[in-house]
Amino acid sequence: MFSSVEAGLIYAVMALGVYLSFRILDFPDLTVDGSFVTGASVAAVLIVNGANPFAASAAALLAGFAAGVLTGLLHTKGKINPLLSGILMMIALYSINLRIMGKSNVPLLQQETVITKITAVWQKVGLDAALNHLVSFTGFAPRTWAVLVSMAIVALVVKGLLDWLLKTEVGIALRATGDNKPMVASFSANTDWLIVSGLGLSNALVAFSGALVAQYGGFSDVGMGIGMIVIGLASVIIGEALFGARSVARATWAVIGGAIVYRLILALALRVEFLETGDVKLITALIVMLALVVPNVLAAQKERQRKKRRARQLERGETVAGAETNYKSV
Amino acid sequence: MLELKRITKVFNEGTADEKIALRGVDLTLAPGDFVTVIGSNGAGKSTLMNIISGRLSPDIGEVWINGRNVTALKEHARARYIGRVFQDPMAGTAPHMTIEENLALAYNRTKRRTLRFGVTKQKREWFRETLRTLHLGLEDRLTAKVGLLSGGERQALSLLMATFTKPDVLLLDEHTAALDPARAELVTELTKKIVERHNLTTLMVTHNMEQAIRLGNRLIMMDGGQIIFAAEGKEKEELTVERLLEAFQRIRGSQFASDRTVLSS
Repeated sequence: MFSSVEAGLIYAVMALGVYLSFRILDFPDLTVDGSFVTGASVAAVLIVNGANPFAASAAALLAGFAAGVLTGLLHTKGKINPLLSGILMMIALYSINLRIMGKSNVPLLQQETVITKITAVWQKVGLDAALNHLVSFTGFAPRTWAVLVSMAIVALVVKGLLDWLLKTEVGIALRATGDNKPMVASFSANTDWLIVSGLGLSNALVAFSGALVAQYGGFSDVGMGIGMIVIGLASVIIGEALFGARSVARATWAVIGGAIVYRLILALALRVEFLETGDVKLITALIVMLALVVPNVLAAQKERQRKKRRARQLERGETVAGAETNYKSV
Repeated sequence: MLELKRITKVFNEGTADEKIALRGVDLTLAPGDFVTVIGSNGAGKSTLMNIISGRLSPDIGEVWINGRNVTALKEHARARYIGRVFQDPMAGTAPHMTIEENLALAYNRTKRRTLRFGVTKQKREWFRETLRTLHLGLEDRLTAKVGLLSGGERQALSLLMATFTKPDVLLLDEHTAALDPARAELVTELTKKIVERHNLTTLMVTHNMEQAIRLGNRLIMMDGGQIIFAAEGKEKEELTVERLLEAFQRIRGSQFASDRTVLSS
């Protein structure tokens, strides 16, 4: 459970990237499946070759940005439909990721990573003892709090930056592009440029998350991105359903929450005897399907009940809002 | 202020669907001119608007604004000089964003967008002041999502967004056509007031002849991609719907044909 929250926080960065493309730009960007691995591979290969893991993670971020920009150019300049632009980039990135790694899997177990570095500093300071003391009444003591705390900070910083960006003049134009594109052009904003940079930013976050996941999990694998867009969507949709999305700041909280809840649901599901690790994708797909369908069914049911109630009230001769004849409004 | 030179536009050239939308249209608007445009179906009114705004580019001809040839400028670049309100109330605003965010977007029409906050305390105050001129109570709903507003409110907001940055040219594309009569009247009155206040150079397409006669200092009638009738000054003031229809019949030798034109209000 504890590791689910850790993983949830790392994947939250990816989910925030998906939120940016899917919700803000209204662009279902499948590049994510490829750019996540691009981030992981770039970071892994650089680390194996002795680069500083922090620099390697930053490089992953840039690589993701480049991938997103290419998808954006395919769509805006190449006039390819959004889904197809993403799919084309995703497939192209599969080969590129193999080239970057030179093989299908790069292990990082013996390497210095962002995670090991932070944990080392953390233990020197001795914060674990203090935090364990704080929760001692629960009788629970994790291996280390370092990953949880540091990744929570990373997720919050990304959330904060995203919230800020979307409130700026450029950010408002970016949001309006996803809301009403023709109108944005009539207020002299270049929507092509906004879409390209928005997708770049989105995939930068995704790749950065990929780099962190590789370092957290101890390997980069060419198949690790399969279904990543669905995981991102699951986080966004679950989060919005549970925590609401009235404002951008609220929605970004919700996305982080959704990413964690998704990991928790997955961990619980995998405890069921019958299910295996190979079923993860199926479970993810089912979660997204349920998260999309259930609210609609509930709303429809509520509406039916409301109508029934009104019909009953009318039969009983009670006054009902809107049912009295009102010639004034005609 | 606005100058159209020999604008010609053909759709689907060389196919069975070929349609000549505009045939060498020349039109010059002096600063402060308010020109209303009427015409039958397929007369080329909307095409003309789209060519001025840059959404379409002419096959032949040039568009000049403020002494500058803008024919080659893309829509978003040209929008620095142009304010535009569309027929569909949904088209001119972003529904999932708040009133103040929509105004902030419009505020940057003439300015480069930066990484400074779009809505600041100062701007909010100014937005509130500007909204107050609409007398719709929107100044108290700055943080309401625009999607919650009625069609008339949205259109009034669109009009404000297009004009409060004082564009060189204001394009109104049947912007009251989708509203019920009461709201259409409200938006028409607002249009008149705002155009007068800022002395905006305005081109307004309308399907309402009575409105076309009532508003503006010049009137043009289009048919078959050409301007077939123009009136200004005293002549325009003395126009009536009957005289306009007469003029059309005299020039074209046929009845004015439009399933949407409102002959009187």
